[in-house]
Amino acid sequence: MTDTTAPQPAAAQATPAMQRSVFDHRLQPRFMLPLLALLIAFPLIAQATGEDFYIGVASRVLVFGLAAASLNFILGFGGMVSFGHAAFVGLGAYTVGLLMQQGISSAWLAWPLAMLMGAVFSLLVGAISLRTQGVYFIMITLAFAQMLYYLIMSFKALGGDDGLSLPSRSDISLGLDLAQDATFYYVVLALVSTSLLLMARVLNARFGHVLQAIKENETRMQAIGFPVYRYKLVAFSLAGAFAGLAGALLANQGSFVGPGMLQWTQSGILLIMVILGGVGHLYGGLLGAAVFLLLEEVLAAYTVHWQLGLGAVLLMVVLVAPNGLLSLRRGMWSKR
Amino acid sequence: MNTILILEQSLNGLQFGLMLFLLAAGLTLVFGIMDMINLAHGSLYMIGAYLVATFSQASGSFWLGLGLGVLATVLVGVLLEYTILRRLYHRDHLSQVMGTFAILLMSNEIVRIIWGAQPLMLNPPAALAGPVMLMDGFSYPAYRLLIIGVGLAVALLLWLLVTRTRFGMQVRAGAANREMATAMGANVRRLFTLVFALGAALCAVAGGMLGPLLAVQVGMGESILILAFVVIVIGGIGSIRGALLGALLVGLVDTAGRTLVPLLFDKAMGPEVAANAGPAVASILIYVLMAAVLFYKPQGLFPAHD
Repeated sequence: MTDTTAPQPAAAQATPAMQRSVFDHRLQPRFMLPLLALLIAFPLIAQATGEDFYIGVASRVLVFGLAAASLNFILGFGGMVSFGHAAFVGLGAYTVGLLMQQGISSAWLAWPLAMLMGAVFSLLVGAISLRTQGVYFIMITLAFAQMLYYLIMSFKALGGDDGLSLPSRSDISLGLDLAQDATFYYVVLALVSTSLLLMARVLNARFGHVLQAIKENETRMQAIGFPVYRYKLVAFSLAGAFAGLAGALLANQGSFVGPGMLQWTQSGILLIMVILGGVGHLYGGLLGAAVFLLLEEVLAAYTVHWQLGLGAVLLMVVLVAPNGLLSLRRGMWSKR
Repeated sequence: MNTILILEQSLNGLQFGLMLFLLAAGLTLVFGIMDMINLAHGSLYMIGAYLVATFSQASGSFWLGLGLGVLATVLVGVLLEYTILRRLYHRDHLSQVMGTFAILLMSNEIVRIIWGAQPLMLNPPAALAGPVMLMDGFSYPAYRLLIIGVGLAVALLLWLLVTRTRFGMQVRAGAANREMATAMGANVRRLFTLVFALGAALCAVAGGMLGPLLAVQVGMGESILILAFVVIVIGGIGSIRGALLGALLVGLVDTAGRTLVPLLFDKAMGPEVAANAGPAVASILIYVLMAAVLFYKPQGLFPAHD
């Protein structure tokens, strides 16, 4: 005999397809695909209109978008406010620069090595820093970044204050010439979108769910028995790897590496990009980097005192959109 | 020779530490009471230095310039608190970082518009330009001695203010537990405006006093701001005593490191390594110090919150 009013078995109710966690982040194809199409078409449009200059700008935006997204990965989804993220970026850049100086220009060697350096250094920094919390975590990550900054700046072999000028871009072979700005742009676009997809994949996996749950309530996760420290450390180190890649691309983009890349204000700017775009939004870092760099570009075209305008805009965003620009969009949608 | 070197470096360290304390004191109270990260604190130091230099040049008197400059900086600080910072107290640390970073960018640019990109020169009072003989064969610049004197006097005044007055009692209560202090009748909002004004004044004193030693230039607040943060984190956030001890520790370690590390490296590993690695190791010493302190005492040496 079956009782029709009895609740259905739990297994039937929660099929895998229905088990959408609050921690899932959809890639939103209807938003992403047109964006990707536009990004792919961009160099063609720029060349057709004779504005080749903007291909370089777009590469820079994408690279910084990757750096900011890697910071957002640990900040927005893991609650770790790293104030030393520029160190991982800078380390990746110097890896490329140093190899190039030794005459090794293969991208296939230099870029993965840059990621490895970022991952290893962030593993070291994270292993010590993650024992502290809150403001103390912010300060200790900053401390390690400063150590690296001074260390790199004082070594003559690394160019000291002046940095290193790279004779050429990395060599990727495959018949691709990275010296061509458009080719470089497409390689960057491919790497940045792959990285973002990877990050989204990790966030939607069990690992990402645990990470986000730790952000929500670390004590509870600890009590349930999750090795919280290890999860955070792995995430921190993963972010370091992506930051290292961003650094390698940045070095290639400008054909230059310098200690300025590791300054604390650079870490601050990466934080600003994330906050500006939207902490904990999948595209937050990318959007923040785009808005920040384009504002800089536009304002600098009008006045030498562009920092005044940039500061004013940032201040306004803080006061008007407390959770970043992407929160505005959500607000407009919910009003509908 | 060696005792003289050590004596000289100790005095240099003391002088640097005391100036750091002036910056850190305001920063730690703002942080401790309002739980506010203020990256624009270094900007007040820069603005203070510029205002002191300008008033000194205009009036021809260093002391008059210092007094007027401090007053003007207090005005700027209070104005800043009243118009912008007030809106950031109840926000999370990230919003505060972004908001105050925006202020930092803007004040750099405003200073550049008003005073130009060239560094400003500020001369010490003529009477104190020379060295003073302290011991046989050991003379020390008079102006640096004055900085030490002023630093000690301000530290003493601040200590009296915080430990012996009603205002100080409320400040300490606010730093230890803001909600409880409010419940017990302290007007934390007004208190904070006062603390902020005090912090701005201390910034201007530090900027004005250091002006003749360093170049008064755009961006001068940024590197020293990080040091001030290091100081308050080592000392324990919200604690004046911690700020003083942390500042002296950082001042002495930094100064000693810059002299002794290259010497030691030179003896142990030869001049080439010393020239290369010496300055690097000396620069990172204070960050190693901070990491070590936080490793063993995550709340700093004298935590104000318990």
